Amino acid sequence: MPQLAISVSDLSKKYDSGFAVSHTNFQVPAGTICGFVGPNGAGKTTTIRMLLGLISPSGGTGRILGEPITSPEKYLSQVGAMIEGPAFYPALSGAENLKVLATLGGFPLERVDQLLAQVGLADRGKSKYKTYSLGMKQRLGIAAALLPNPKLLILDEPTNGLDPEGIQEIRQLLRSLADNGTTVFVSSHLLSELEIISEYLVMLRKGEVVFAGPMQDLFDAQQPFMLVKTENKGDLEKIIALAESAGHKAHIRDGVAHIEGPAEWAGVLNKLAFEAGILLTQLSPQLPNLEETFFEMTGDQK
Amino acid sequence: MIGSLTRIFFAEWRKLRRPTLLLGTMGAVAFFSVLVSSLLFLLIDSPQGNGDRGVRITREMLSLSSGSTQAFTSIGNLLGIIALCVFAAQTAQEYSLGTLRNLLVRQPGRIRLLIGKLASMKAFAVIMTLVGAVISIGVSYALAGSKDVSTELWFNSDGRLEIAQTLLNVFISILGFGIIGMVLGILFRSPISSISLGVLWLLIVENIVGAVKASTLEWLPGSQLATVAAGGTETISYTHALSLSGIYVGVALVIATVLFTKRDVAN
Repeated sequence: MPQLAISVSDLSKKYDSGFAVSHTNFQVPAGTICGFVGPNGAGKTTTIRMLLGLISPSGGTGRILGEPITSPEKYLSQVGAMIEGPAFYPALSGAENLKVLATLGGFPLERVDQLLAQVGLADRGKSKYKTYSLGMKQRLGIAAALLPNPKLLILDEPTNGLDPEGIQEIRQLLRSLADNGTTVFVSSHLLSELEIISEYLVMLRKGEVVFAGPMQDLFDAQQPFMLVKTENKGDLEKIIALAESAGHKAHIRDGVAHIEGPAEWAGVLNKLAFEAGILLTQLSPQLPNLEETFFEMTGDQK
Repeated sequence: MIGSLTRIFFAEWRKLRRPTLLLGTMGAVAFFSVLVSSLLFLLIDSPQGNGDRGVRITREMLSLSSGSTQAFTSIGNLLGIIALCVFAAQTAQEYSLGTLRNLLVRQPGRIRLLIGKLASMKAFAVIMTLVGAVISIGVSYALAGSKDVSTELWFNSDGRLEIAQTLLNVFISILGFGIIGMVLGILFRSPISSISLGVLWLLIVENIVGAVKASTLEWLPGSQLATVAAGGTETISYTHALSLSGIYVGVALVIATVLFTKRDVAN
């Protein structure tokens, strides 16, 4: 059994309004990049806060780097985190903000300049935080998370506000950290990014885990599908009816019919559409991807 | 334990020493010190009085060994309110900016974090007290000659003891006001709410209640802390004020500690 960086069992958080996180179970092997996804309000941030000792669980247990989450002082010195976006003192410079945290954690102050350079803020370290753009704030948040040279890095939406170049830089940074043994637990709405970098995935829906395991297992369990567009948008419903009558699950999203079925069935569907007098403008077989699977599993249909 | 407390102290100090806060606060301390000390001497012959609420402080009184600190005791209350604002803002901003979660990830010992922050703010209060004392005594000394006030007894052994006692009393008072500010910051988690409520209570509510029923001043927290700064008044003894202030501050600290350690950090 691989060494686990995160392990939670029946972890729950209940508020007066109900469960924010309900009897959650998942494990994250050490040294992997694990994506943490779910629609807004699914309980991702609450889970992360419980892992970091900021919120006390209503029930269940958890372990981080082998230590119980009820004793955060035993593991947090080896954990870096950015939760719900960066939060710093506006009147202090970026460097001074990092020095506050470095002093608090007992990390060498020399690391501050190294980290500012690593996240591309070397020339703006002395500027006040309040003058930073959203992307720069995000980079500073990542630098703060890297202060302890962490064994486990927990990032909540790290690419928020970054331009494509910045997103690529962060992707490469996370990859290199994982290659050097750091476990990265990253929550993001950029599912295509997570699909590229993650080996593991934890998917939440309404406070419950709907999938936890290797990314490939998730795709293996999914059906291939095809995307279909018609010349006349009104014909989409007819295509859905044709597919369903042939025993295939189908639905419409964003003006496109999504029909489950192997690529070979595309020819049959084309013929059925032709016979029904429907002109297809797109018929493209697809392999399962994270975005499609996410919508499928979380039921978050647009 | 000591190592982590030292780290928390210096981490907090990095925030407190920023020029806008440090110079701004000390500027306010200097302003009130100069203002109150100058008025005490410049209005020495005024029939409307030269002290707090029209009280007359004569040349003879100012020539005593306590003369050098007469003005400084009067500004204790104002310095206390400045401390309340600073402590409240420093504490509440951790919630409003969301920085508390960063601090707790780096230092999960919540009681330790609270003690370290308080220790750092205490150091800030010491500087406030010293700056206020130096300016106030300096201005008093500079104006004493022009107003025929003898300074002969100010710096003899009795005078120095008076200065030391007043410094301690004003420091205790400032610290008490500051801790109340810190508690309000933890309670309301918003700098604006905690400062406005604290100032509203101390400057308006206590004054109105005290004007309506003077005997209540013996029990109101702001009044006790101001009395401690003054070293006691005709109506409230120093011991009474110090004991009651200790109880108020102690209870407030217990509430703050429970809230700070038990409450989820969800923002």
